[in-house]
Amino acid sequence: MIALITSILAITLRAGTSLIYAAVGEIYAERSGILNLGIEGMMLMGAVTAFAVAFHTGSLLLALLAAVAVGALMAALHAFLTVTMRANQVVSGLSLTLFGTGLSSFLGQRLGPEGGALTGLVGPRIAPIALPILGHIPVLEAVFTQDVLTYAVYLLVPIAWFYLYKTRPGLSLRAVGENPQTADAMGLNVSRVRYAYTILGGALAALGGAHLSLAYTPGWAENITGGRGWIVIALVIFAMWNPARAVLGAVLFGGINAVQFRLQAAGATIPAPFLNMLPYVMTLLVLIVMTWWEALSKRIGAPAALGKAYMREEK
Amino acid sequence: MRITFEKRQSLSYQATILAPIASFALALLGGSLLLGLSGANPLATYAAMLDGAFGSWPNFTETLVKAIPLMLTGLAVSIAFRMQFWNIGAEGQLTLGGVAAAWIALFWAGIIPSTLLLPTVILAGIAAGALWAAVPALLKAYLRVDETLTTLMLNYVAILFSQYLFYGPWRDPKGYGFPGTAPFPDAAWLPRLAGRAHLGLVFAIIAAIALWFILKRTRWGFELRIIGENPTAARYLGINIARNIVLALLLSGALSGLAGACEVTGISHRLQQGLSIGYGFTAIIVAWMAQLNPLAVLVVAILMAGLLVGGDQVQIMMHLPAAVGVVLQGMILFPMLAGALFTEYRIKIVREPRRAPTTAPEVEL
Repeated sequence: MIALITSILAITLRAGTSLIYAAVGEIYAERSGILNLGIEGMMLMGAVTAFAVAFHTGSLLLALLAAVAVGALMAALHAFLTVTMRANQVVSGLSLTLFGTGLSSFLGQRLGPEGGALTGLVGPRIAPIALPILGHIPVLEAVFTQDVLTYAVYLLVPIAWFYLYKTRPGLSLRAVGENPQTADAMGLNVSRVRYAYTILGGALAALGGAHLSLAYTPGWAENITGGRGWIVIALVIFAMWNPARAVLGAVLFGGINAVQFRLQAAGATIPAPFLNMLPYVMTLLVLIVMTWWEALSKRIGAPAALGKAYMREEK
Repeated sequence: MRITFEKRQSLSYQATILAPIASFALALLGGSLLLGLSGANPLATYAAMLDGAFGSWPNFTETLVKAIPLMLTGLAVSIAFRMQFWNIGAEGQLTLGGVAAAWIALFWAGIIPSTLLLPTVILAGIAAGALWAAVPALLKAYLRVDETLTTLMLNYVAILFSQYLFYGPWRDPKGYGFPGTAPFPDAAWLPRLAGRAHLGLVFAIIAAIALWFILKRTRWGFELRIIGENPTAARYLGINIARNIVLALLLSGALSGLAGACEVTGISHRLQQGLSIGYGFTAIIVAWMAQLNPLAVLVVAILMAGLLVGGDQVQIMMHLPAAVGVVLQGMILFPMLAGALFTEYRIKIVREPRRAPTTAPEVEL
């Protein structure tokens, strides 16, 4: 039993890592008022870039840096289109996902040795490391026998939470997403804030993608994300734009994945599609209850200016 | 001296037509950079794509096969976008349309007379799509729940539900483990016009003309346009916004549902994996490029389908990844989105710094 719990917990954390990176990134972008539906595309591009660079150079650090750069670049395009050119955020994000899906598939078939495919190749991977002492305590060992990127998540989340709620720049960020007019009047540069956090969000999403191709399921396969980018969008709402709650969601959503394997092995009767539906259904319910609650009591929730271009000249 | 942006009263007409053409050209240019870097000849690749999509009658009918669902979902999306309702749930509405059509075709074939079977199947698809779209519409209209997110979530619920059906209870016992339902009876097959291109093409053309007429010539179309362009004015005019949201979304979902019903009755003749391959998402690109004009949607859908079919062709002919087509589809919108600023706003250089005149505040729906 203890072995079962340990293994489910370990898989849950491993499965949740990419979700948390991307979700924290998306929370920051959305907090600044920019909805980025390009997450799926950025995760895919992060995954293919990281694997290709790791395969050819053998350096995991270079691979991660390259993935981050690609994610940041794609997000910069989104920021340029939606902030500077005031384009529709939904359409721009979807285009980026379509573009990223296509380009990652294209590159996956061309970036292998001698212009061949990357699919099926074995490259360097980020292996799990058991921490001394902590990695040998029953059950807890699941938490402390992980790869570097998962350990980094343990730090990322508290930092992201603290930054958002307890620091001056965090306050500015929330102000820009809540009410850009007021933030502007306060002397904040709305465009610069939105650029910065959208780019940060894209970089984190790509890092999540890199975790998939370097650690979680090492190697490149077309559509390696399997729709995780969309789960992230759901997760952000589920977490009500709070990085700490995103962990809860990621563990829950990642756990569904982990439990599913076990349930099937045990001959369970709940069909897999219904389990996979849970994140989306729960998110829908959260969204409905939240909107209702907000209408009743004006409590915190979605950044009020989310999805809207800011035009200094208008009003 | 500073630069200001003034919203145009109406879109600049030349820009409306020029923008999509220029965007397409720029996407091809960007694509050739990618192709060149990966060691392929861009011109030869584009020539092969063009030939694969439009070079011969059989090729063209294959392009039409992919264009039909894009036309119907593109129309569906544009009617919702008209009133600033961001329906990105066409994919799910299409899938449920296919599910409902399959349900009638598989389980009601013995009960419904065979001449009435196909119409019933199609109507079931339309109804299912409409009902699925009604969920986010009601949530938006009466509880103000953000529709971008609800329609997105509902896609996955619908797609996973269809998977449950054809992997589970509806799976063909004689299918040798192949995930899909049994084939539909012949009476539930949509007639084909040429090659695999089916009657859905006619439905799409009729729908486009009808929508164009509704938007330009009827009171309801006028109300929809006002709601989209100026919700405050709509409210002063006494237009019932909530009711119109629901009605427009029923129509939007119905068109997507029809697309799904046509796919299963016209192409696969069963419910199986591959019904939802992203038509509902590409539809958003189609609608945007067509600038929500129903007649332009037909043309753009053929162009986008051509990129898909052309991509398949270069894979066979030149051993290049078929994803070239999808990359180009994704790239087309970037210049178009960037250019929207110039079609929607008039850029002015103001000499002395002063506050721009305030217009009526924009009120959210």
